[in-house]
Amino acid sequence: MTGRVVVIGVGNRFRRDDGAGPAVIEALRADPPKDTLLTDSDGEPGRMLGLWRPHDAVVVVEVVHAHPGKPGRLHTLTAERAARCAARSASTHALGLGETFALAAALDRMPRELTVHAVEGEDFGLGRGFSTAVADALPELIRHVAKAIDQAHDRLRCASALSDDRGSA
Amino acid sequence: MSHRGSRVLRLDALARVEGEASLHLAVRDGRVTEARLRIYEPPRFFEAFLVGRGHGEPPDITSRICGICPVAYQTTACQAIERACGVTVDGPLAELRRLLYYGEWIESQALHIHLLHAPDFLGHPSAVELAREHRAAVERGLRIKQAGNTVMEQLGGRAIHPINVRVGGFYHVPAPAELVPLTERLRRAHDDALETVRWVAGFDFPDAEYHGPLLAMCDPGRYAIDSGTPAVMAAVAGSNGPAPVRALPVEEFERRVVERQVSHSTALVSELDGHHYLTGSLARYAVSGRWLHPSALDAAREAGLGDPATGAVCRNPFRSIIVRAVEVAHAVAEALRIIDAYEPPSRSYVAVPPRPATGCAATEAPRGLLYHRYAMDADGTLTLARIVPPTAQNQAAIEDDLRRQVQSRLDRPGEPPGDEELTALCERAVRNHDPCISCSAHFLDLTVERG
Repeated sequence: MTGRVVVIGVGNRFRRDDGAGPAVIEALRADPPKDTLLTDSDGEPGRMLGLWRPHDAVVVVEVVHAHPGKPGRLHTLTAERAARCAARSASTHALGLGETFALAAALDRMPRELTVHAVEGEDFGLGRGFSTAVADALPELIRHVAKAIDQAHDRLRCASALSDDRGSA
Repeated sequence: MSHRGSRVLRLDALARVEGEASLHLAVRDGRVTEARLRIYEPPRFFEAFLVGRGHGEPPDITSRICGICPVAYQTTACQAIERACGVTVDGPLAELRRLLYYGEWIESQALHIHLLHAPDFLGHPSAVELAREHRAAVERGLRIKQAGNTVMEQLGGRAIHPINVRVGGFYHVPAPAELVPLTERLRRAHDDALETVRWVAGFDFPDAEYHGPLLAMCDPGRYAIDSGTPAVMAAVAGSNGPAPVRALPVEEFERRVVERQVSHSTALVSELDGHHYLTGSLARYAVSGRWLHPSALDAAREAGLGDPATGAVCRNPFRSIIVRAVEVAHAVAEALRIIDAYEPPSRSYVAVPPRPATGCAATEAPRGLLYHRYAMDADGTLTLARIVPPTAQNQAAIEDDLRRQVQSRLDRPGEPPGDEELTALCERAVRNHDPCISCSAHFLDLTVERG
């Protein structure tokens, strides 16, 4: 069965650098890739888990902290690595992205493949607009995500062809 | 374990740092001398930048205060503006507004019950571990939540920060056929909600009781959410029985509920007639329990909450999870009733022409009473905005609850508790009240001072 490519920009566009994920989605919508669902999310796990199906390839675009940090640095993470980065949160309302992936795994709700393209943020204050480091990194992040979408489609096509071959054998 | 000095425990999240809460607990000679919950809360900024805006803008702007309960902010803002302008929204438009609000309730309460609160009772550090052992329950919670999401998307245009709400009604009202797909989801959610009540009723609940006054909307004949008048159930001295309930007309809210600044928090702390008080699920259940939907009434009785029809009151903050589950059953049942009876209005909104006036309103956000007041000039330009969110109102009551629970633990014979145990106890006590710590808080830092 062929899945879709689902691209999720996680973040809040009114919290400075945290809006980088939705900004990437906005940029991709100018020339939307075929068979690709472009969407943004606040990262709330219930809604995140509802965005993909088992056969989909999911690309998450996110802003992260790193220790030591270098604002603007790009990262590509597997879901497993992102889940390992999950810190125990005492929040009463929200789980982090890592916890969301771990929850998906616990519920057997992981998609066929899931990767995270992230940029290290610097300014998470109120308002719109990015720090210079994130603004400078955005074009490259968009290119990375666009390339990831193409590659995901290739893999989905291969998987589908293999599946068809097995079906006809 | 050191009994002197201070210790800081930091709990970080992976990313998305948007808010902060910390707890400062001081224990001296075995007595809790301070329990301070510090909340960073954005609504004060919103009040400032609403001034100078048009009278049609508060629903969209204030919805941004909270990603979990934007409809509460939208509904309360609409009602306050409409009241100022002398306009009443009723009939199918009011029912649609209520349906949207139920969608938010279903989503918000299901999230808190299943992913955030239940792990405390089942000995798991998070929803992830809970899901590994109680997968069916977590799946059920996500199904209920998805039903709420779907209502939000259908009526609000999207599940977060709905865009279809306007002063006077909606930009677009659905045809009956557009609501039909919700019915099947909500029917399943109703079964799931009743199952959830049975599930949480089986948890172990520590003894605890909140003795102070309870504040909730009251609309006789209806479990008040978006209608009625604020009402106060008086404090009780140790008994679990119902105390007198007295109306607090919304126009008197700011005279009776006084906010004050405290040095340890950027959030204002509220007092009702000079005392801390509780708003939220326990208060609603105490004031309006008898008017729950029949299926939710039965569920409450079976869950051991007593008989709401005869005025049963629950004052144990740990049992708030049962009350929330009952409220989800009620919200789903009521949503189905509204959809079954729906006949589209002739217009999607009522015109709300501005006039120089002031209007206030209160509704029940999932975590408690939310109050708005706006003043406008002749062309509708806002000259004042005032927003009192539930968590600020509950802050003093939560601190009192923390003091009591920690003291109770310290007074227990045997080995004195370590910081880790106290941290877990405090987090659990805070979660009982489902606070919205700036609605985006990602960590709780605890400082314990021992001396």
